[in-house]
Amino acid sequence: MVKTKISEAGKINRAIPPAIKEPVDFDIKLPPCEKFTLSNGVEVYYVNLGEEDLLMLNWVFSAGNWFEEKKAVASATNYLLKNGTSQKTAFQLNEHFEYYGSYLSRSCHSETAEITLHCLNKHLNEVLPVVSEMITEAVYPEEELAIYSQNSQQRLKVGLQKNDFVAGRLIDSYLFGEKHPYGTYNNLEDYAALRRDELVSFYNQYYKNGRCIIFAAGKIPGDLEQQLENYFGKLPIKSHRSAGNEIIHPLQPSAQKKYVITNDPNGVQAAIRIVRPFPNRQHPDFQKVLVLNNVFGGFFGSRLSNNIREDKGYTYGIYSYIMNQVRESGWMISTEAGKEVSEATIGEVYKEMQLLREEPVDDEELQMIRNYMIGTVLGDMDGPFQVIGRWKNLLLNGLDEAYFYKGIEIAKTITAEELQQLANKYLQPEEFYELVVV
Amino acid sequence: MHEDHSTPMAIVNVLYDAGSKDEDPGKTGFAHLFEHLMFGGSVNIPDFETPLQMAGGENNAYTSNDLTNYYIQLPAENIETAFWLESDRMLSLAFSEKSLDVQRKVVIEEFKEHYINKPYGDVWFHLRKMAYTQHPYQWMTIGKELSHIENASLKDVKNFFFKHYRPQNAILVVAGHVKTEAIKILAEKWFGDIPAGEKYVRNILPEPRQSAPRKKEIKCAVPLDALYKCWHMDDRMSKGYYVADLITEVLGGGGSSRLFQSLVKEKKLFSNIECYQYGTVDAGLLAIEGKLVKGVKMEDADKAVEEELEKLKLSGISDKELTKIKNKTESAIAFEDMSVMARANSIAFYELLGDAELFHSDRDKYFAITAEDILQYSRTIFDTNNSNTLYYYGEN
Repeated sequence: MVKTKISEAGKINRAIPPAIKEPVDFDIKLPPCEKFTLSNGVEVYYVNLGEEDLLMLNWVFSAGNWFEEKKAVASATNYLLKNGTSQKTAFQLNEHFEYYGSYLSRSCHSETAEITLHCLNKHLNEVLPVVSEMITEAVYPEEELAIYSQNSQQRLKVGLQKNDFVAGRLIDSYLFGEKHPYGTYNNLEDYAALRRDELVSFYNQYYKNGRCIIFAAGKIPGDLEQQLENYFGKLPIKSHRSAGNEIIHPLQPSAQKKYVITNDPNGVQAAIRIVRPFPNRQHPDFQKVLVLNNVFGGFFGSRLSNNIREDKGYTYGIYSYIMNQVRESGWMISTEAGKEVSEATIGEVYKEMQLLREEPVDDEELQMIRNYMIGTVLGDMDGPFQVIGRWKNLLLNGLDEAYFYKGIEIAKTITAEELQQLANKYLQPEEFYELVVV
Repeated sequence: MHEDHSTPMAIVNVLYDAGSKDEDPGKTGFAHLFEHLMFGGSVNIPDFETPLQMAGGENNAYTSNDLTNYYIQLPAENIETAFWLESDRMLSLAFSEKSLDVQRKVVIEEFKEHYINKPYGDVWFHLRKMAYTQHPYQWMTIGKELSHIENASLKDVKNFFFKHYRPQNAILVVAGHVKTEAIKILAEKWFGDIPAGEKYVRNILPEPRQSAPRKKEIKCAVPLDALYKCWHMDDRMSKGYYVADLITEVLGGGGSSRLFQSLVKEKKLFSNIECYQYGTVDAGLLAIEGKLVKGVKMEDADKAVEEELEKLKLSGISDKELTKIKNKTESAIAFEDMSVMARANSIAFYELLGDAELFHSDRDKYFAITAEDILQYSRTIFDTNNSNTLYYYGEN
C-alpha cells in the first residue's frame, strides 16, 4: 500500500496538485452482514458496527401497492399501523415510542412496505413489544381513517400545485402505464373511497399473516436474537421467501412519447422529465450503465450539470439516474429549469446524448469518474445504517455481495469503447419519453 | 481536530464567520451567491471539482443568516488535496466574469424553485419582515428580491471576499481517519502563509424588544389557508435557547405532541401543524405553522393555538412530558453524532459560538432544564406583545 507523503513545508507551488492515491487502487470491503432465522422462518440480517449504543430495526413486508386491489389501500394500511391497536390509541402509541426517545416510521413502496425503528439500546425492551403489537393487533379505527383520508387529500391538493410533483407522477405513468403499480398514482377520490374493512383485510393478509424480512444495524446487543424471537418469532408472519399470491401486472407504456402539460400558468419554472425504459439489476448492462450515467448526469461533476448548470445557468440542478425499481426500471433525466429556457435545456440534454454516442470518453474524464465512484462507495460506508442499506438493496433484489464487488470491478475497468457502445444502445432520443410541466 | 479511525475517510470543514446578516440591506442574497462563486475557480486552480473527484472526494456548502460552511469528504490518504483546494480559494478567487454571470442565473433559478414556484414558498419573506424591524435577520439568506442578485457586480464580489473570507474569520475543522500531528504540518504548509486579513468587526444592533402584537393577512393562489405565528426568543448562548428548543418538542415534536394531538387529531382544525425554532446565533424566532382543514375559519384556528399556549403558560408540563422530551433530545443527539461529517460541522459551529469544546458539554444544558424553566419561559415567549401572526389565505 502506497502512503501519500506530505511534501516539505516551505515554498509551495500551488499550481501543482498534491500527489494522490488513486481511489481505484483502494481495496474496498463491504463490512459483513450476519443472519439468523426466527422459528417462524423470518430471516434477520444485521450489521454490527458503530460506537454509540443505538440501533435501527427495519421490518420489510411484502405489502407494497403491488398487492392492492384498490388504489391507496396499501399506503393507507401502512400509514395507519401506528394509529391504534386493541390495547393502545394512536396517541398512546406515539407517546410510548417518543417517551423512550425512539422514532418509529412507516413507508410504503411498490413491492414492499416497511416499519423502521430507531432507538437507544437501553430502551429496546420497552419498544419492541409495541412494534409486535402493531403487527398483530392494529385495529384501524374509523375516525383515524377519516382524518387520514381528509389530510391526505389536503396534502395532495398542495402537491398538485407543484410542477415537479405533477411531473413525477405523470412520467412514471407514461413509462409503466397508469394501471401498473410502478406507474399508478393516487387521486383525491381514491383517498375519499378508502374503507376500513379493505384496510383490515389488507392488514390481515399482508402484515399479520404476511411475508417479512428484518434488518438491524448499529451496536447489536448480545440478546437481539432472543428478543426478536420472543416478540416476533412466534407470530404468524413468514419468511419473505415463502410463496405468496404472485400477482402479475403487465407493463402498459404509453404510445405517445412527448407531453407538455400546463399546470401553473403563472409559474416561472418548468419541470422537465425525460425517461426511457431500462432493465433491472439482473441485466448485464445495469452496472456498466451506472458508470455511463455518472459521466452523463449522475452527479454534480457530470456533463449535464457542467453544461446546463455550470456553463449555461439554466437550472439550479440537473441529474440523471437509474430508477430504483425491482422488476423493471427506467433511465431518467430530471430538472427544474427557467420557463424561457426549458426548450434549450431539453436540446442540451439530447446534445449530450449525441456526444456520448459519437465520441469516446477521454482517459482523464473516465479516470475521474472511476475515482469519484470508488470514493463515493468508500464515503458511503460511513456507519452501520449506510452499510445495512447496501446489504438491504442487494438482498431485496435477490443479489449478494459478489454483485457489489462486481460493480466495483466494472467501475475500475470498463473501457471508453464499452461506454460508447452502451450510449449507442441506450441513449437514443426516440426511445425517451419527454414531459414538460409548466 | 476530531480523530475518528472507524472510517477510512477524512473531513475538511472550513467555516467562514460571514452570513446574510453581514449583507448590505440593498445587496441582499450576496453571502449565498458568493458561496456559489467559491466553486468557480481560485487564483491557482481553475477548476475546483475535477481534482477533488479525481481524489475520490465530494463536497458541498451552505449559507445561513449567520455563517457560510464548506466541507469536503475524501479518502483520508488524499487529504492534502482538500488542503490544497481550500487554501487556494482562501488565498484568492479567480474572480471570473463568466462564473459570476452563470452563478447569478443559477441562484435566480434556485430562488424561483424554492421561493416563487412553490406554494407557500414566500411565507418567511413576510414573517421575517414583520418580526424584525432592524436586525438583518429580516431577510432570507436567498435575498430579499431577485434584482439584488441580478445587480451583483464583480466589484461587490471582490469586496465581500477581502472583507469576510480572510483567515481571521475562518475556522478549520479536520476530522476522521487523520492524525493531529500530520494535520498541523499540513495546515501550516497550506494555510500558514495566507495573510490573516483584518478582523471584521460586526456592528449589528440587536432587534428592539417588540411591544405590541403584529399581524398581517395575505391572499395567494394556494389551495389551503395556512396560519403562521412566531415569537422572539433568546440567542444561541442563552439558557432561554435550550428552554425554547424543548418547548418546540412539547408543542410540535411528533405524534404525541400537544398541538398535533389537540388540533389535528381531537379538534380537527389543522391538517398538519409544526412547531420549531431556527437555531440562529443572535436572538431568533420560535414558530408555529399549520394548514387549516378546509372550511375552518382562520380566527378559530388561531384561537385554538392560543388556547394551547395558555394551557402551557398556566400549568406547564408534566413530569412525563419532561422525561419524554429529554429522552428524545438524548437520542436525537446520539443519532446525529453517528456521522463524522455532522460532527465536524457542529464542532466548527461551536467554535464560531466561542468554544469548540461546547461540542461535548452543550448537551448537558438540555438536561439541566426543569419543568419550572419551561413554565416561566413559555410565559415570557408567548406574550401577546411578542407575537407575529400571518394569516395566509388561499384563493376560493
